[in-house]
Amino acid sequence: MTPMQIIFILTAAATLSAAVLVVTTRNIIHAALWLIVSLFGVAVFYVLLNAGFFAVVQVVIYIGAIAILFIFAVMLTRRLMSDSGPQSNTNWWLAAVISVLLFVGLIWMLSSWRGVTGEPPVLKSNIDTIGLLGRALVSPDGFVLPFELASVLLVAALIGAIYVAWERK
Amino acid sequence: MSDWLYIGLFFLIVTIFPGAPIILAGLLAPKKPNAVKSQVYECGIETYGDTWIQFKAQYYIFALTFLVFDVEIVFLFPWAVTFNQLPLIGVLSGVMFIFILFAELIAAWRKGVLEWV
Amino acid sequence: MVFFSDPITYITNWLANLLISWGLASDTVLVIMKLLGAAMVCIFGFSLVIFTIWLERKLYARIQDRLGPNRVGPWGIFQTFPDMIKIFTKEYITPEGADKVVYNLAPILAVSAVLLVWAVIPFAPTVFGTDINIGVLYIVAVGSIGTLGVIMAGWSSNNKYALLAAFRTVAQMVSFEVPMVLALLVPVLLGQTMGVDSLVKAQDVWFVVLSPIAAIIFFISSIAEVGRAPFDLLEAESEIVAGFQIEYSGLKFGMFYVGDFLHAFTISALSATLFFGGWRGPGAETWPVLGLAYFFMKTFIIYFFVVLIRIALPRLRIDQMLNFNWKFLTPLALVLLMVTAVVEKSLIHFMPSLNFSAVGFLIFRSLVLLLTNILIIVVTAIFLRAYARREHVRVSQPRPVAVTPEPPASVIS
Repeated sequence: MTPMQIIFILTAAATLSAAVLVVTTRNIIHAALWLIVSLFGVAVFYVLLNAGFFAVVQVVIYIGAIAILFIFAVMLTRRLMSDSGPQSNTNWWLAAVISVLLFVGLIWMLSSWRGVTGEPPVLKSNIDTIGLLGRALVSPDGFVLPFELASVLLVAALIGAIYVAWERK
Repeated sequence: MSDWLYIGLFFLIVTIFPGAPIILAGLLAPKKPNAVKSQVYECGIETYGDTWIQFKAQYYIFALTFLVFDVEIVFLFPWAVTFNQLPLIGVLSGVMFIFILFAELIAAWRKGVLEWV
Repeated sequence: MVFFSDPITYITNWLANLLISWGLASDTVLVIMKLLGAAMVCIFGFSLVIFTIWLERKLYARIQDRLGPNRVGPWGIFQTFPDMIKIFTKEYITPEGADKVVYNLAPILAVSAVLLVWAVIPFAPTVFGTDINIGVLYIVAVGSIGTLGVIMAGWSSNNKYALLAAFRTVAQMVSFEVPMVLALLVPVLLGQTMGVDSLVKAQDVWFVVLSPIAAIIFFISSIAEVGRAPFDLLEAESEIVAGFQIEYSGLKFGMFYVGDFLHAFTISALSATLFFGGWRGPGAETWPVLGLAYFFMKTFIIYFFVVLIRIALPRLRIDQMLNFNWKFLTPLALVLLMVTAVVEKSLIHFMPSLNFSAVGFLIFRSLVLLLTNILIIVVTAIFLRAYARREHVRVSQPRPVAVTPEPPASVIS
């Protein structure tokens, strides 16, 4: 096994177990912290795929802003230290059956897709990925319209959330 | 990739480095817990009530504003890196992106959302 | 001669050749060398903190017209060692009901967030950890791990006041990150790269000359990020008794303390690297040792200013801090970014039509950008003067005076 495969397997195991712990742990702040571990695992995946920019963006936005927002929202609306009890209800066996069926279906569908079973395309080692991204974001035959719409979307999100959360005097 | 290998090794070392002295000090230091010492600090008196704080929407609004500006800045980094190679229209679309969010900041300011009370 | 002009590279190559001659595969040698390099940087960071704690206490004292540490060693240089021994042997008092894992992890996260920045700072042309092509964004990412450490510390202490202080500290750190990263975009714009070493190499003219406002905004926001005075309301003794660190004792508190000082030194190093040319100076390319010396000279001069600001200025209230951030620094940074982008692009657009030599163009560009910044400063000063006048009028209105109420009729006089 190459070192990359070992790192990949370890990271995948960590990310998946952290994700499972997010939904099964009793203490809600612990759930937020396991979410952070899981997001960090995804950042490591980005590094393994040679997309360093996205790894860093994942840490900056997801861990540095969104996870903190989650923690604030949870802390400000609940009594924290209390144990919420076991997180599964009586129908857990039905959910498990459906998830296994879904999993088998996805595996069967993906096993016939060339993207999974073939080798990844080898990129030139000195591709300037950030340069290409930057140029594509603002070129008129690239993504300039989604770029500007993203800014309008951010404004709309800010206005909406402020309207919901703000107490008018 | 060897750059990122260095960063990965650095992460490993940086979790061990503060951890080892803390564990070492845990071995060296005296351990004499008693009931009064382990009480939670509240200006020298007994704690009243649960550890729970009054909801204050302002924290959430500041974190949210930070999130929106953070996403904007992350979009701007690739734009800034390829600045010299862009035509003028590319630069102006970036400037318009920044301007839309600038106008939003001024609007939120005028509405009084950014007060800390 | 090679040893004296570039000692660290010489030693690295010698060690690598030694390991290869012992028969290890070259991949393993690479990993071992990187591991050693990372450990060296961490050890260096901690030893630097030992020196900077003494330096800060001495400066603090002398500027306040008292002596400072002067018993242990000449001028009290070894003062930090007895302090370290004291903190090592203090008891860890864990509050009851604290969440053990999160409680113990928080100081480690707080220190890691600061140490991780040292992986990308170039000390000399040949001495740097790594030059990933996204160094600047990596620095921002690592700073956000520190914010996480603060929340974990505050929450796991099972203490209302620690939690409240942690919320406020995170609100402050997170708010000041916005102008900090916006100010970091300006060197990226001017240097056309995100890698830190490449940015140093792109500074033929220091970026502080090309954009002094960005340097000032970055400097002020980083001081607020660290939580030093005048922005240290949340760890001030008289206000909230150590803030989110209330329930920590012994070396865990020592780690927060070390993290604080190291963070202050790190931001001086970052300002020196990104705005003042880092290791650049006369003769630095041919003799990398000189580059090392220039880097440390610049960092210590900026650190002196950080300490001076801490000592000389009074504390700000939290609403004053946050108003300053959201209503002054952020709009200023956004306007600066827009104006710099437009000016820089028009300069590059019109460059071929003006027949300047390379040096002439450099001087022309510096002058134009400097003038633009001065223009922005003048416009800002006009706005500030109008604001100050309005505030003056509002504050000098006659205020309501407290009047004792009429006694009720049933009081027997």
